[in-house]
Amino acid sequence: MIGLDTLVQGVLLGGLYALFAAGLSLVFGIMRLVNLAHGDLIVFGAYLILVVVSVLGVNPFLAALVAAPVMFALGWLLQKVVLNRTLGDDILPPLLVTFGLSVVIQNALLESFSADSQRISMGALETASVDLGPVTVGVLPLITFASAVLVIVGLNQLFYRTAIGRAFRATSDDQVTASLMGIRPDRVFATATAVAMLVVTIAALYLGTRANFDPSAGPARLIYAFEAVIIGGLGSLWGTLAGGIIIGVAQTVGAAINPEWQILAGHIAFLLVLLVKPRGLFPQGGGR
Amino acid sequence: MSVYTVTTRTRASRTAFWGALILVAGLALAPLFVGRGTIQDLFFILTMLTLAQFWNLLAGYGGLVSVGQQAFVGLGAYALYGAVILYGVDPVVSILIAGLVAVVLAVPISVFAFRLQGAYFAIGTWVIAEVCRLSVAQWRAVGGGTGTSLPREAVAEMMLVPTIETALDVRASEARDILAYWLALILVVATIAGIYWLLRTRRGLALAAVRDNEEAARSVGVDAGRMKWVVFLTSAFGTGLAGGLIYLQKGRISPDAAFSVTDWTAYVIFIVVIGGLGTIEGPIIGVLVFFLLQSLFADYGAWYLMLLGLIGIGVMLFAPRGLWGLLSERTGIQLFPVRRRLAGGALKGREG
Repeated sequence: MIGLDTLVQGVLLGGLYALFAAGLSLVFGIMRLVNLAHGDLIVFGAYLILVVVSVLGVNPFLAALVAAPVMFALGWLLQKVVLNRTLGDDILPPLLVTFGLSVVIQNALLESFSADSQRISMGALETASVDLGPVTVGVLPLITFASAVLVIVGLNQLFYRTAIGRAFRATSDDQVTASLMGIRPDRVFATATAVAMLVVTIAALYLGTRANFDPSAGPARLIYAFEAVIIGGLGSLWGTLAGGIIIGVAQTVGAAINPEWQILAGHIAFLLVLLVKPRGLFPQGGGR
Repeated sequence: MSVYTVTTRTRASRTAFWGALILVAGLALAPLFVGRGTIQDLFFILTMLTLAQFWNLLAGYGGLVSVGQQAFVGLGAYALYGAVILYGVDPVVSILIAGLVAVVLAVPISVFAFRLQGAYFAIGTWVIAEVCRLSVAQWRAVGGGTGTSLPREAVAEMMLVPTIETALDVRASEARDILAYWLALILVVATIAGIYWLLRTRRGLALAAVRDNEEAARSVGVDAGRMKWVVFLTSAFGTGLAGGLIYLQKGRISPDAAFSVTDWTAYVIFIVVIGGLGTIEGPIIGVLVFFLLQSLFADYGAWYLMLLGLIGIGVMLFAPRGLWGLLSERTGIQLFPVRRRLAGGALKGREG
């Protein structure tokens, strides 16, 4: 039976997918780079948080705070040392390099942590729920959704209210003119990927606490993230949240009809949107 | 009297043509001299080379970077199993059905995929491959999610196998491997010859123009969208044929294996990138390097895949034209030249 409950679960799941997508969208928006290793970086982040939790014995939220600067630095280095070399008119180098990176990360995790599935334990919070009138929802999905909204608000503030955001937008619009104004695109790109890795850390926290994950979980997360971005329309973070919600609702409704159809239903929702509105539901500006 | 001619041939290409003929003849006779293990290895190399040539046609010439070619391997393979299990078609004939089903399904797939450009096309094709995998897993008649085997009777009565059995005096299972190997050899020769022919025609010139600069190509009247579409369908057909043949030889199929992104796309991308993107020679070199690495390191599992990934990244960053590109830049050798040059007359065409 598809009730209000299913829909609410789907919307909350959509928050998680929007978190997966926000980092991807940020990097694409600024440097037209699609990182095929994005999902694997989220899974990597989840393992990093898991290690911090087990070594320091701290709460997962605190562990994510410890992991965040590490991820930030990794993102900066990755962009500065590797990915900046691949940027240009040719779309092949960034795609193939990040695809290679995806394979490397997956297998490095497999070698370090085995193929067993893992979970970051949240203790009592995992099963806690609140009564919201007609439906009862889990506290953790609710926190996830709230985090997604906060991340999107935060990124929009960063984009439109700060000097870094101005540099991001300027470089995105016209790299050459931006460099004439004293902006160094290579540093702007490195900062952008580093910020994206902060979002990845938050996504990793909720990926790891909500469900089991294993080293091969990355590509599916990349695909959900990608679907959310395309449905929402390129360049619109709120659109990305809407896209995530559509995928989430389609999945929970699909699962309610037949558990085997969960993932398929999400993909089909994506393909339908692509067919009807190829530029997404909320396209921005000229849409390059 | 005009003494100038436009030619693509070089001295190296003429030598390469005769060399290739001798090589193909030698490979065709290989089952007479080598054991079953070697035949299986050669089958693997030839089918991976076929997949690599078609991916190279897509990405290297068509500019269409697909991460979803496993869709066509899987669809072709499942079309073959469907034809054999449900309709009792001979497995060898079913290989053609595999190619046809792949190309027919590529038409609706292209409608979706071509709405996305560049990098988004790459992930879009991946999504479509996942949809194919999940849908086929719902197809109970061919085993659903757990997969199935080719029926024993169908395999036993497969055409040409008894002939090979008596002619070469081998057991049925070995005869089947030899048949699959010969079919793979025919497929790869037809693939390379076909792609080489295509690139030397007017269409090939248009394709190269689109790859080098799409706007400029459009401005001289090349229909870029149509060229890409033709390339996409051609690749789907060839990839479907190869998929059918690969799973005919394996004798067992499951959705996760037949639609594996690692086996049918990641490996293929490494082969093309390491060998040299956008050349016919590249995938040939690449598949040999890949096979060598696999023979040496496959036992190390995850370490091996990490190594492949790192080599791929390294090549893309520091030698984006691959091993063949490095060699060709240094020596100027082209075994499958497609570039038109002016030769003869007072202006001596540079040979070599």
